[in-house]
Amino acid sequence: MSGLASHPAVHHDRGFVTYLWSTDHKVIAMQYLFTGMLMALIGGFAVYVFRMQLAFPGQSVPLFGRVSSGQYNSLVTMHGTIMIFWVAMPVLLAAFGNFLIPLMLGCDDMVFPRVNRLSYQVFLLSAVVLVASFAVPGGAFGGAWTAYPPLSANAAYNLTRYGATLWVVAVALEFVAFLLGGINFITTAMNSRAPGMRMFDVPIVVWMIVIASILFMASVGPLIAGAVMLVFDQVLGTGFYDPATGGDPILWQHLFWFFGHPEVYVVLLPAMGIVAEVIAVFSRKKLFGFRTIVYTAVATGVISFFVWAHHQFVAGIDPRMASLFTITTLIISVPIAEMVFCYIATLYGGSITLATPMLWALAFVAEFLLGGVTGIFLGAAGADIYLHDTYFVLAHFHYTFFPIAIIGAFTGITFWFPKMFGRMMDERLGKIHFWVTIIAFNVIFIPLFITGAAGDHRRIFDYSGFPDLATPGLQRLRITATMGLVSLLAVQPVFFYNFIRSMVRGPIASANPWRANTLEWSAPSPPPHGNFAELPVVYRGPYEYSTEDREEDFWPQHLPDDSPTPVASVGDRRSA
Amino acid sequence: MISWYVTQASSYAADVDDLFLLIALIVGAFFLAAELVLFWLIVKFRARPGVKARYLAGEKTSETKWVSYPHYLVLVFDIIIVAAALRVWFDVKIDLPPAEERVRIIAQQWAWTFVHAGPDGQLDTADDIRTVNVLNLQVNRLYHFELHSKDTLHSFSVPAFRLKQDAVPGRSIVGWFRPTVTGEFDIQCAELCGIGHGLMAARVRIRSAAAQAAWMETAPRMPQLAAVTPAVTARRGER
Repeated sequence: MSGLASHPAVHHDRGFVTYLWSTDHKVIAMQYLFTGMLMALIGGFAVYVFRMQLAFPGQSVPLFGRVSSGQYNSLVTMHGTIMIFWVAMPVLLAAFGNFLIPLMLGCDDMVFPRVNRLSYQVFLLSAVVLVASFAVPGGAFGGAWTAYPPLSANAAYNLTRYGATLWVVAVALEFVAFLLGGINFITTAMNSRAPGMRMFDVPIVVWMIVIASILFMASVGPLIAGAVMLVFDQVLGTGFYDPATGGDPILWQHLFWFFGHPEVYVVLLPAMGIVAEVIAVFSRKKLFGFRTIVYTAVATGVISFFVWAHHQFVAGIDPRMASLFTITTLIISVPIAEMVFCYIATLYGGSITLATPMLWALAFVAEFLLGGVTGIFLGAAGADIYLHDTYFVLAHFHYTFFPIAIIGAFTGITFWFPKMFGRMMDERLGKIHFWVTIIAFNVIFIPLFITGAAGDHRRIFDYSGFPDLATPGLQRLRITATMGLVSLLAVQPVFFYNFIRSMVRGPIASANPWRANTLEWSAPSPPPHGNFAELPVVYRGPYEYSTEDREEDFWPQHLPDDSPTPVASVGDRRSA
Repeated sequence: MISWYVTQASSYAADVDDLFLLIALIVGAFFLAAELVLFWLIVKFRARPGVKARYLAGEKTSETKWVSYPHYLVLVFDIIIVAAALRVWFDVKIDLPPAEERVRIIAQQWAWTFVHAGPDGQLDTADDIRTVNVLNLQVNRLYHFELHSKDTLHSFSVPAFRLKQDAVPGRSIVGWFRPTVTGEFDIQCAELCGIGHGLMAARVRIRSAAAQAAWMETAPRMPQLAAVTPAVTARRGER
């Protein structure tokens, strides 16, 4: 395989330095995963502080103190930036992409292992730059994660001269990291599939990650150009976005959202892929309409390049443009709805076991539906006039991004944990964590739909200046949301405890504890460097569950037609 | 549903609310149906000992119809929503009915300035009336607004009117509204504009014709304020 030729034959993956310089795709995946988790803690702390300020304005927040409006803006900005670029992207795309692609394709590593290592190192640097911006004079950038100029371009307006520049530099570095990673994902999927593996024998999650990588590569160019212009405006005094010197602030919005909307699907598709794998395994069913799901993912990706201006209906673009973008935006609901229908249809006739990964996967579908349908309100230009930049928007995209970045990540972590660490997670703790997280999540965002519909606009650190909004009724809803958030954060230690304890002391996992078909389950748990003792050959598609003429309800991809399912791989550690 | 919380105070507020309600009914029905099917399947097809799952690829027409019929339905409802949404959009943002009066709205970090034409009906003349953070309007009068920004992006948002429009430095953006009830409502800045964004509040005060005329009489004229403005600008410069 091409991966074999490109990395040294001898490995000594021991010690911290060798760990840092490892080219093993699984090690790099873990580096991305742990960095993403660490950043999630920072992003989570930020939201704790600013939601406490919203619930109890002006009061000292435990562990932080009083929140000034400048700090509030910085925290809001950093929460959004971190959760999208430093949590959703590294965990869903980079961690699962790196871990799963070579294992699921049956090869020993990525095609370019050193490029892969460089990708993580650049990513780590970007995270360091971003976190460092909290400590510079003026504090972290406070111009929202969308960084609209002139506010972001001019230190006289944003008052965070260094924070603003570091923010742009960090984001640009992060894009470099994901371009390097994406090149690897695409090339590996094209070139390193196991013998016998045709395109539709490739598991859906790999399809999704590859499509997402292509979307990212195709959309990020304009934004990198935009970021360079923004840094020039900040540092060199150029005026690309400054109307006084002939520039145009709206240019940035086009460049940003031309990237920003496909970016939603860049993180959505890997999460959808993870969920599809889990639903198929735990309902013991062939994925309903596998090809349809792939085609709808491609269609969604293509259409996502033609919807960006729905973020700008009231931004001062020619109002006639809104007609076009309303149509494309609502059209995108067709492939996405079809994809979700296929997921639901997969359950039909299944034999469903509600293990923790399956709970997360089903919760993804249940919650994402609400995120999807509320998007229709905002894509409809007439309604967006009122709803734009209110908490309704915020609640809508959290009903998409929370399922993606948090539920999707928990689905993947709980499902592949045995493969990653060779041990099983605790089901009881997993379920406690699941239920509290899901209930708390809804307690946060259902009230925010209501405050948004009542006119609460975003990024206001204190509503007392607005008599129509400073009502006890709305304040009760804000406090409810904050209480939901505090409960959500309070239960996360259960997950971390379960994660770390299971990593060290969980029951030993067999190679295939969930009785799944895809190739990663034919490797030992955890797979050694090089993954497979003998590189597998593929004989069938990934979702041959419950085939009629076989006794076993699964039929791994790598088994020849005449051989029985090996008893050794039938672990009975699966708990219901 | 929006009117449960926010008064309908402009001629098009009810149209926006009706659109919201229409979408809520359509997507609400879809959402509930999808959730019910999802939960029904989860309950119905729980693993039972000795019962094997069915082998369905979802590629035969007899199977795919269960997915494709609902999805044709999505398309039909999309068309209905697009038509309704664009009708409202056209009325509020594209169509510009003839004005009875024109006001200029100037946004800056972190205040709103409103300029009325005064008795002569012309902006940029000596009898212009300038107010800060209070927009004085006459009920049932059709206004054109002319929206400017002095520094960053801002957004002129009047929830009671169901109106929102970003202010962009270097551009003059024109739109319209017609207040339909008297009273006082919030004006918000709805685009993050720096550390004072949360303080950039203003009020719209809607009066009867007679009360508005009386206010016009007593309102300070431009020249009196002109002396104040440079001082304010100078102070901003120091910062």
